[in-house]
Amino acid sequence: MAEIVDGGGGGGKHGKKKAKKGAARIDMTPMVDLAFLLLTFFVLASTLSKPKALEIVYPKETEKEEETTKLDDALATTLLLGEDEKEIYYYTGAYKPDSTELILTDFSAEGFRKVMLEKNGPITDQINQLKTKLMNKEINDSIYQANYKLVVGNDKAPFVVIKTIGKTKYKNVINALDELNITNVRKRAVQDMAESEAIAVRQKTNELGLVK
Amino acid sequence: MPKIKVPKSAPSLDMTPMVDLAFLLVTFFMLTAKFRNMEPIEAEPPYSTSEIQLKENVMLVTIDKEGRAYYDISDKAVRKLLIKGMMKRYTALELSDGDVDEFVKMGTFGQPINQLASYIKADTDTKEAMDKQSKGIPLDSLDNQLGDWVIEGFYAFMNNAKSIYPNETDLKNFLKENGLRYAIKADADTDYENVEKVIDVFRDREIYQFNMVTSLVGSEKTADVKLDAQ
Repeated sequence: MAEIVDGGGGGGKHGKKKAKKGAARIDMTPMVDLAFLLLTFFVLASTLSKPKALEIVYPKETEKEEETTKLDDALATTLLLGEDEKEIYYYTGAYKPDSTELILTDFSAEGFRKVMLEKNGPITDQINQLKTKLMNKEINDSIYQANYKLVVGNDKAPFVVIKTIGKTKYKNVINALDELNITNVRKRAVQDMAESEAIAVRQKTNELGLVK
Repeated sequence: MPKIKVPKSAPSLDMTPMVDLAFLLVTFFMLTAKFRNMEPIEAEPPYSTSEIQLKENVMLVTIDKEGRAYYDISDKAVRKLLIKGMMKRYTALELSDGDVDEFVKMGTFGQPINQLASYIKADTDTKEAMDKQSKGIPLDSLDNQLGDWVIEGFYAFMNNAKSIYPNETDLKNFLKENGLRYAIKADADTDYENVEKVIDVFRDREIYQFNMVTSLVGSEKTADVKLDAQ
């Protein structure tokens, strides 16, 4: 603690009366309390307020045939997001109005994520291998990034089309994109739902009695 | 038997270095903390597991639950160039030098051009009332003011960067590291069409990459993915 140590103390050479000089102690506890309170406040306030962001790239709108990307229908999974939060369906392959069956799903760990992890299994395995290599310092970060891009951009990698209607809740779209990030699906697009699909969604919702 | 005597005075501990350190840190965090401007609208972004932090140089469009669009761009020098550019584009917008400075200090705003001058001049209470009535920055195809803000913001950013880095390679490096990013902060419960409208405004101006602002969800979500994957 802060103390001022007195050298002599009570010399009395000149016979003067001196006040007794003990070490002056100041109790610093309240000040220290305050200092740490402020410190905690600023540390928390400055780290918590930093916003996080999800990166999305939207495709360029194009009419030209050669600029469009052709993808194999067999690798496609389409996620249909309806008006209600619970209206989340998916189907695989191309859409055939009569035979395509919509499957209800959700954004929990057991829902759409499980579906995509299964489909994207080989790629997830490869990415996990890369991650272990990175952790064991066998490869450096730039090699990891390059390999990661190669793996997720593979021709055989499954892709997901997220289809929305105007009234789809924004958070559902973000949730869907987030699930795709988690399951390492990098090939994805957000599109408007076709009229036939929107009707199918409505029918399915009525059938299941999801929305009252 | 004589007992060993334990001294009864309180043990004294020299706290001075700790206090020094604590105050040093307090000072550091106080000085580095940036205070956010008051936000005129509420937009609670959705949760995601993304841990990418929003970069420094950002053009931010905020969309609230009703779909009103608000605009903001960081950096004071850029804002000054931006408002000058907008005054050239919209000759009806007449602002004094003081008003320009006031605009530079302002944060997010969502007023159409014809209201902007009176909004800048207004006091806090009037501003609040105007924000309540505002329909956001118009972005329909007939009167696409948001598009003008976007493009003028881009020009202002580039001109400002050019004046700081006259050397071409320096400029390239700066843009590679700290180029302008486009962020959209939309309310979790807004309809997706509102977001899509804003995205289309950007896409019309050949901007395709966005940062959707989200708040971080607890790490349990990523934890069980790892379990699933194994």
